[in-house]
Amino acid sequence: MTQLIWLTIALPILGLLINGLFGRRFLGNRVVSIIAPLMVLLAFLVGVGAFFETMGRDGEAVTVHLWNWTTIGDFSVPINLLVDPLSLTMVLVVTGVGFLIHVYATDYMVHRDDHGHAHDDRDFPRFFTFLNLFIASMLVLVLGDNYLMMYVGWELVGVSSYLLIGYWFDRPSEEQTPIDLGPDTEPVQLQPLLSPAASGMKAFIVNRIGDVGFALGVFLIWSTFGTLQFDEVFAEAVHVSETMPTVIPWITALLFVGAIGKSAQLPLYVWLPDAMAGPTPVSALIHAATMVTAGVYMIVRSNILYSLAPNVSLWIAIIGMATAFFAATIALVQVDLKRVLAYSTVSQLGYMFAAVGVGAYTAGMFHLVTHAFFKALLFLGAGSVMHALHDVIDIRRMGGLKDKMKITWITFWIGGLALAGFPLMSGFFSKDEILAHVFEASPILWFFGILTAGMTAFYTFRAIFIAFHGKPRDHHLYEHAHENRAPITFALSVLAVLAIFGGLLGLPAFMGFTHYLDGWLEHVLYELPHGAEEHHMSVTMEYILMGTSAVIAVGGIALAYFFYMVQPSIPQNIARSLRSLFALLAHKYWIDELYDTLFVQPGLKLSNAFANGLDKLIIDETFIDGSAKLVGRFGKLLSKLENGYTSNYALATFIGVLIMISYFFLR
Amino acid sequence: MILSLLILIPITGAILIAFVPREQENVVKWLALGTTAVALVVSLPLYFGFVDNASGYQFEEFRPWIPPLNIAYHVGIDGLSLFLILLTTFLTLISVLSSWTAITDGLKGYMALMLLLEAAVIGVFVSLDLFLFYLFWEASLIPMALLIGKWGGSRRVYAAVKFIIYTMAGSTLMLVGALVLYVNGGTSDLPTLVNNLELSQNLQIILFFAFALAFSVKVPLFPLHTWLPTAHVEAPTAGSIMLAGVLLKMGTYSYLRFAIPLFPDALAYWSPLLVTLAIVGILYGALVALVQDDVKKLVAYSSVAHMGFIVLGTFSGGQQGMSGAVLQMINHGLSTGMLFFLIGVLYEQRHTRLFSEYGGLWVKVPVFGTYFLLAVFSSVGLPGLNGFVGEFVILLGTFKVNPIAAALGTFGIVLAAWYLLTATRKMMMGPFNEANKNLKDMNLRESGIAFALIALCFVIGFFPNLLFDKINPATVELAEIIKATALLAGQ
Repeated sequence: MTQLIWLTIALPILGLLINGLFGRRFLGNRVVSIIAPLMVLLAFLVGVGAFFETMGRDGEAVTVHLWNWTTIGDFSVPINLLVDPLSLTMVLVVTGVGFLIHVYATDYMVHRDDHGHAHDDRDFPRFFTFLNLFIASMLVLVLGDNYLMMYVGWELVGVSSYLLIGYWFDRPSEEQTPIDLGPDTEPVQLQPLLSPAASGMKAFIVNRIGDVGFALGVFLIWSTFGTLQFDEVFAEAVHVSETMPTVIPWITALLFVGAIGKSAQLPLYVWLPDAMAGPTPVSALIHAATMVTAGVYMIVRSNILYSLAPNVSLWIAIIGMATAFFAATIALVQVDLKRVLAYSTVSQLGYMFAAVGVGAYTAGMFHLVTHAFFKALLFLGAGSVMHALHDVIDIRRMGGLKDKMKITWITFWIGGLALAGFPLMSGFFSKDEILAHVFEASPILWFFGILTAGMTAFYTFRAIFIAFHGKPRDHHLYEHAHENRAPITFALSVLAVLAIFGGLLGLPAFMGFTHYLDGWLEHVLYELPHGAEEHHMSVTMEYILMGTSAVIAVGGIALAYFFYMVQPSIPQNIARSLRSLFALLAHKYWIDELYDTLFVQPGLKLSNAFANGLDKLIIDETFIDGSAKLVGRFGKLLSKLENGYTSNYALATFIGVLIMISYFFLR
Repeated sequence: MILSLLILIPITGAILIAFVPREQENVVKWLALGTTAVALVVSLPLYFGFVDNASGYQFEEFRPWIPPLNIAYHVGIDGLSLFLILLTTFLTLISVLSSWTAITDGLKGYMALMLLLEAAVIGVFVSLDLFLFYLFWEASLIPMALLIGKWGGSRRVYAAVKFIIYTMAGSTLMLVGALVLYVNGGTSDLPTLVNNLELSQNLQIILFFAFALAFSVKVPLFPLHTWLPTAHVEAPTAGSIMLAGVLLKMGTYSYLRFAIPLFPDALAYWSPLLVTLAIVGILYGALVALVQDDVKKLVAYSSVAHMGFIVLGTFSGGQQGMSGAVLQMINHGLSTGMLFFLIGVLYEQRHTRLFSEYGGLWVKVPVFGTYFLLAVFSSVGLPGLNGFVGEFVILLGTFKVNPIAAALGTFGIVLAAWYLLTATRKMMMGPFNEANKNLKDMNLRESGIAFALIALCFVIGFFPNLLFDKINPATVELAEIIKATALLAGQ
């Protein structure tokens, strides 16, 4: 299976070709919804096969050569696939979670009337074409054995994301209902939501800004190492860092700029919340479980480079933790269930960067994997609610849904507990491992991390209590709500199991367990020759930190319970008394408006000035046409030959040429 | 013989068309199509018979032309010109097909001019004699100007006159330069001049200017570009395809074929300026494209930006940049040609190119929408498609030599995404504009054209070495020249 790893990419491509070319006209939605998930399932099985083979080889990497892509002089890049523990971890997450989400989408993307009859949706094949395209692109990103292929995948997942966010491209932008803060208080107005088409475009362009950094990083790697192959670069890295000490910090910083864009970190996170305009399976797959973690993967892949650039790494940890904290504060007050989850994703990605920033690569990957499980679960749960409520996603119109949608309710609770870091859930172990490593590096960063953890537990359960518990707020919606069909509940159930038990991959070693992921990823993590001596903290300290995490998680949940189940007037009172702070959070710190004023509007102004002023008036009319007119007037004085016929101009030129030729022969 | 045939076939076709009675429109069309198809088929052996990794010219022909003056009919190709010829034969066929129903009056003259244009452009790409080259260079202007001037939009005469005067003015100095070379070298044969002529650096600097001015107008390089949007907006669809697809490439190709090997010592002097103008063009073209309200004008300005990448690669990228530049000439021909073709499909039905007249078209014309999106992706430089490879190697090569230029150029790809996706959003997405309720999706002919174009884009995107293996031997020699002069300049 290892040699056939290219099938994991080829199968989804086959699926997208079949569905894209024939789906609409010949196959029909039913066939399309078999082919698309089937291709991803087959890819997953190939991945599983390769996984066991690699286990059998004790994690040794294998490179599969496909063809030589670009060769110019001393620049040469092959299309090679790298099968090693790191890429396989990603392959399994992408195809595994991807398969479940494909299955889920086969029902979610079907719109039914109240009698359960499906609408004949002509766009259905397009959705699965793009979804398969995403799987193939993401696999190129993680399987490539060089930085160019990583960049190729990096761009391709961006396109898939663009296409899928804008899937409902003809929908307009939406006004949001203002937040009511009780009687005799002015409600807090909210900004309108971008249209899907505008959101997709925003995502693509913000990502491309990051990609400039990534591309420059790749160029710098090539001009330094003369190669883009991972193994050759990593083998030379220590030597290069000794001879050219500034280069590797530059490379790592530039590549990280790409990660800031792709993985939605400060200050380029702004596209991710708007990406929620896409269909919910897309949010789950691309904007939670897989694509947005590409930056984390990139850093873990390049771990030796980042280990050789400790200052850059420290900044990554700081940016990661700042993002985690910042996004969590926004999530506290969001009224759109998907946006709560979106900011939570930004925040959790921040944790992952904090981890890899302090050199805890395994912990970062661990959280990447568990997060893929529980955040995909939460998004799919939110989608299940949306599907039942005819696309309503505002939690202020929900309430009491637990009686109507048992499976969605229970699985959402499981996802919520895992996200909140409730003891023994998958998210508990991975988050705790990150926080322990961060504490070792910097207790201040840890403090922000634990604060964020508390907010996470609170906002997650705020949403759960408002949406699923209490009394229904919109009776019409409530009456029509119902549990969804098997494809949806199946995906939710499997992911719920993974969200509970995913922690088994990395049980804490200090408690005497085997940390499987540690052993598995060992082969891709480089050790520095004169690395700093590892000083482990005491087991007592580990227990204290873990205990704190547990208490904080439970405390956040309890506070949400108290606020939204016991004394619902409290949060409104707080919002009223801290109105300006509340408005600041509700408006996401006005960051979108700030960027618009600082970059977009000046860009457009400059464009207009260039187009209408410089280009039209100065260059064209004044200089070009002006000089032509000058010549024209001069010509009129000389003769009346000028009559606007091209042939006469040609004649004039011909005569002129003759004169010049004769000059050269006669001089 | 193939190269001469490629010049003669279209001319023969044009002559035959001249004898067809005016009313026999179908005969004219099929004759034109047949001629371009034959030319395309005849050009294919150039690819399959081309010897990889060999230096020097192939398919060479040498016949004395004006023996007392030492002027010869000397043609031949190498990696620089091979794909431009294939692009020309391919795009001419596409142009004829795309005019199938669009041109209703004066079809005879139109098709004949299209064929003459093909002959002239191929002549430019195969000439290895300065005067032969100059002859074809100027000859290519006339059919193009007439195509714009007769079959163009409302300001067609202004656009045609501007086009012809501007480019002729640009190339006047080139003729003077060619004469100086001829007088000094005693021949107008390019290989002989390159190998034997020893000119002082100052003379090289002056002559480089004389040649590069003509080429830069053609490219067009900022700030010599304002004829291009005017010409594109007025030109008929096929005219735009040929103009953007192959005529602009005459400029960038000629830098590589003439300016660099003839005047290597002038490079150190002129390269910084050309690189700066290329960068300005990349950013400026993109910014101006962003606020256009006419989609054809937007694509025209995007050409200014894209051609900037080619100039950048030519003058600052070493061998990677040059090979990338040659590839990017082909890529730009395919992707921009396709965009112009698609805009023409809409224009034929709606007679407008204003964004405000469109919106939400993807719902109504899904096949068209998909091809449009793919063409945009190719133009934006997305991997899997052709544009990515070209831009990547150009910037990669540039980075090694001049990181600042590469960084600015890389920023250009953000702007490219901005204006092209804005165009896509305005036309294809958003609420459906009811003015288009009678719009029909592409017919078999149209989707066939689009499929052929995009298929080539994918092939190049996946297997660029199919081209690079043939391009590299030519660029490696040029890169040696530049490296040698850079060393000299450094001493």
